[in-house]
Amino acid sequence: MTTTTLKRKRAKAFSVSEVSRGSNLAINIFFWFYTLLCVIPLLLILAVSFSDEQRVQLNGYKLWPEKFSLGAYDFLVKDWKPIVESYGVSLFVTIVGTLVALTIMTLYAYPISRRDFKHRGIFTFIMFFTILFNSGLVPFYLTYKQGLHLQDTMLVLMMPFFVQAFFVLLIRTFFQNSIPPALMESAKIDGAGELRTFFQIVLPLSLPVLASVGLLCTMNLWNDWFNSLLFITPDGPMSIQFRMYRALLDIQYLSSNSQAYSAIMQANPNFQMPSETARMAMAVIGIGPIIFVYPFFQRYFITGLTVGAVKG
Amino acid sequence: MEMEQATQAAIPREKPKKAKQEKTLNQSYWSKYGIFYLMMAPALIVLIINNYIPMVGGLIAFKNMTYSSPSFFQNFADSPWVGWDNFKFLFQTSDAWLITRNTLLYNVVFIVMNLIFGVGFALLFNSLRSKRLAKFHQTTMFLPYFLSMIIMAYLVYAFLNPEIGIVNKVIFPWFGWEPIDWYTEPKWWPVILPLINIWRNVGYYAVIYLAAIIGIDHEYYEAATIDGASKWRQIWSITIPLIRPVIITMTLLQIGRIFYADFGLFFQVTRNAGALYDTTLVIDTYVYQGFMVMGDIGMSSAAGLYQAVIGFVLVLASNLVVRRVSRDDALF
Repeated sequence: MTTTTLKRKRAKAFSVSEVSRGSNLAINIFFWFYTLLCVIPLLLILAVSFSDEQRVQLNGYKLWPEKFSLGAYDFLVKDWKPIVESYGVSLFVTIVGTLVALTIMTLYAYPISRRDFKHRGIFTFIMFFTILFNSGLVPFYLTYKQGLHLQDTMLVLMMPFFVQAFFVLLIRTFFQNSIPPALMESAKIDGAGELRTFFQIVLPLSLPVLASVGLLCTMNLWNDWFNSLLFITPDGPMSIQFRMYRALLDIQYLSSNSQAYSAIMQANPNFQMPSETARMAMAVIGIGPIIFVYPFFQRYFITGLTVGAVKG
Repeated sequence: MEMEQATQAAIPREKPKKAKQEKTLNQSYWSKYGIFYLMMAPALIVLIINNYIPMVGGLIAFKNMTYSSPSFFQNFADSPWVGWDNFKFLFQTSDAWLITRNTLLYNVVFIVMNLIFGVGFALLFNSLRSKRLAKFHQTTMFLPYFLSMIIMAYLVYAFLNPEIGIVNKVIFPWFGWEPIDWYTEPKWWPVILPLINIWRNVGYYAVIYLAAIIGIDHEYYEAATIDGASKWRQIWSITIPLIRPVIITMTLLQIGRIFYADFGLFFQVTRNAGALYDTTLVIDTYVYQGFMVMGDIGMSSAAGLYQAVIGFVLVLASNLVVRRVSRDDALF
């Protein structure tokens, strides 16, 4: 009986907050329109990448290929090495970077979450201050380039992401609010040391926040191009984002080197570089993995972001 | 039972003789908490490299940097102090005013739009009858937020490419309008950039505000409906006041960063086109351009420090204002 009344009550609550049929329709139409607005630019790029180069050059980008062609992908596949290499760089930087970042940040977050740790105030401040005061590009660049001489390494692509104060404070707040102190207390009484308590009690309970922070780190690392722009010369490891950036400025960056390009030219003198469509095909290859993993991970991203909005 | 015994056993140990007390306490402190310092060491090292060395390095704004040694630290020590000279040069140019104006104006527009559209979309989501459809729309709307700025640049380029972009080649001919050379005409970008910015970010803000709205107790609305309050009235008198803390926090975070521009947006999406600088050059791109392209280390480090200090003051000030108005909503 109680369940039926509860159900009825919930149904009523639902109906109370509901808008009228007419406005519901209007809102629906609005959202379908907006969803189109979000998807069309991506479809446009997809369509152009499958279009015939000459038609595109002549008539412009179209949402539906005037003449279907795989020429752009054909061109990219012929010279596949740079793209595969870039994928390798991006994957390595993203995976290793995320793992290291999560480890380092979690290890820092735990002590400053403990109320009985007497230096927690000062160490929290050391972290928090990096949010308030940002030293800017020039000294940051000089420290890495002329201080540590890390240009053209993969480390320089990861290290700026190793510690992000916002995430550290997020994890700390989770430790503070969601791990029952009694649990840690009892572990200690059972003779577990601080490290053991941390690894066997605290970490397993913190998987939700670690998943969210880890995914945010993954996204930041995968999407990063700024550090490449600063520290990577054409001889260095080129991530997929950076290669896309260079290709947008100059299509020749899609080829591993000019020799490969001239070899193609020699084999077929009439060969015309499918610059516009190949560029968009490159973008499709770059966007691809994001689109595929996005629906699965979106939920965790959202939890991470909404948890982050709640101050601690 | 076990716990009781343990606490009982612990009590007498806590009261040893006074002379020994200090020493044993100290020892037990280090054996208990020493591991904490080890745990924090890796992050501290990274922080020193990423943040604290550059923070001290920011003082190059007061130096005339020389490059005699390959080491930054050596150069830093060797270079002569020049006081405020770099800042004087910076503020004598018209650029200083231009970049400050652009950064502030764009950010003000962005903050206002993020607020209005973010809350607006969240309210609309909340009133969609079908929760599954709401989820679906939320997913697609959030998509642009996950795309890198490089991809944003590609998307925008596909629309605005002057020769074959879809705007000039398809949309404008429909209306019979003349094509526009987007990447050389600065006057259009104060419209384009806010549109792109809201397209990219609205999903993020809507999701955050929606989470706050969903948390509101239904009974408020039930009572209001019984009292005959209209939907509009309910939004203004219940929803908005109850999500106010989140609105304040989100807006405050943005105001604190009002002196920082989204480098990717202004650098990638405009393709860093020099012809557009009048309306697209912001402090961040100016520093990059001056330093990496022109190699003018004095002026760009001065601009960087100017940004850092004013930005810092603005965070503190905005937080202080909120503390005065409602203490609970302040960030710190």
